[in-house]
Amino acid sequence: MNIVPQNPEPVLQAQELPAIELQGLEKWYGAFQALKGVNLSVRSGEKIVICGPSGSGKSTLIRCINQLEEIQGGTIRVDGKVLTTDAKSTRAVRREIGMVFQQFNLFPHMTVLENCVLGPIKVAGMSRADAEDIAHKYLQRVRIPEQANKYPAQLSGGQQQRVAIARALCMRPKVMLFDEPTSALDPEMVNEVLDTMIDLASDGMTMICVTHEMGFARKVADRVIFMDRGQIVEENDPEQFFDAPQHERTRSFLGQIA
Amino acid sequence: MIREFGTGEVFYIVLAIRWTIALSLIAFVGGAIGGLAVTLARVSNSKPARIAATGFIRLFQGTPLLMQLFIVYFGLNIVGLPTNAWLAAAVALTLHASAFLGEIWRGCIQAVPRGQTEAADALAYSYVTRMKDIVLPQAARIAAAPTTGFLVQLIKSTSLASIIGFTELTRAGQIISNATFKPFLVISLVAVLYFILCWPLSLAAKRLETRFDKALTR
Repeated sequence: MNIVPQNPEPVLQAQELPAIELQGLEKWYGAFQALKGVNLSVRSGEKIVICGPSGSGKSTLIRCINQLEEIQGGTIRVDGKVLTTDAKSTRAVRREIGMVFQQFNLFPHMTVLENCVLGPIKVAGMSRADAEDIAHKYLQRVRIPEQANKYPAQLSGGQQQRVAIARALCMRPKVMLFDEPTSALDPEMVNEVLDTMIDLASDGMTMICVTHEMGFARKVADRVIFMDRGQIVEENDPEQFFDAPQHERTRSFLGQIA
Repeated sequence: MIREFGTGEVFYIVLAIRWTIALSLIAFVGGAIGGLAVTLARVSNSKPARIAATGFIRLFQGTPLLMQLFIVYFGLNIVGLPTNAWLAAAVALTLHASAFLGEIWRGCIQAVPRGQTEAADALAYSYVTRMKDIVLPQAARIAAAPTTGFLVQLIKSTSLASIIGFTELTRAGQIISNATFKPFLVISLVAVLYFILCWPLSLAAKRLETRFDKALTR
């Protein structure tokens, strides 16, 4: 049976493991269940946009993937390997997964360049010269090479978020997680960050983005996922999702943000 | 025989300040090392380490420094060390400073935004890199002012060591006061000397605080 008819090499595709696979994921905060058995499979190179009302569990979901949150049930597979809570394997997984936060979380006591080279030097064991080469390359990619020697507080929000993207890319991750990357930005800075993310997407990076930027979702996403109350309510390709949402809750959510 | 309160007596008191400074320095350096260990134990992931550190802090915060001095002074004998006022004062004040600095610095580490730790974790940094390169440098800026403030406290606390017979500034004052029968004059001089020692530090603490506030609002 031809699973992916539009693909010229279906056999190769079918053999490939999902980059990330979540099965029956459960997360509790005390008596409150934030994730109620979430299943999700992400192919390598796929771009996923997750949206949903606040408190729906979308941030929690992606924070579980790089183990910033401990899970209480279910399994997470990254590149086919099941994640454990052991410190060494946790770090190994985090090396493969880059993350961009809503609040940027740059290190304020270091220059932009230092922010970018620390990981490659301390974690990947690179020489300073190699690490700086890589840092300059990615700062170029996010179009702020001239800011390398400034401190985060001297940059605008949009520039800071692009540095945060460059810093994550310097670790050469296979997957990038974005947790509402434009929500803390002034409106005029949203596009510069989204453009950077679109660039990244066109280079084939596997991306999972929690965002309400529906224009971005239409342009970039392979699949849009709508979450509510700790569950995936609907998932579809962007055209279907936006033009013909199946669920009442999806429709009312899209009606509110449009 | 009553001695006159002359220049010799004044010099005796003024020179005793060096023992106050020496004891303060030992307690501060020892307390800084101990305090860092207590702090790291207090914020570690290991529950036994957290409980031990918390117990240590509670014990030293909940008992008077005077009792701590007495217990260490008389306890030295029990563990087979000579009963020595120098050693007892140094050990007791070091433990005291470790507990208090441990608690002050724990607060400073926890004042570093949670996102910094999360970013370091997400970038797969090790515990050592996260602490040494990310959390502690930021905590140190927050800690500068309260730490200097505590140093002022510590200098004044060394006066209690006079009770176990350690001859520092206060004890020197007592000796001269007993010999000259001029307690008001002598104790006033001692107080002025403490003030000269502590006031610049208080000013520095204040300055560090405003500098930190400015850095935050930049």
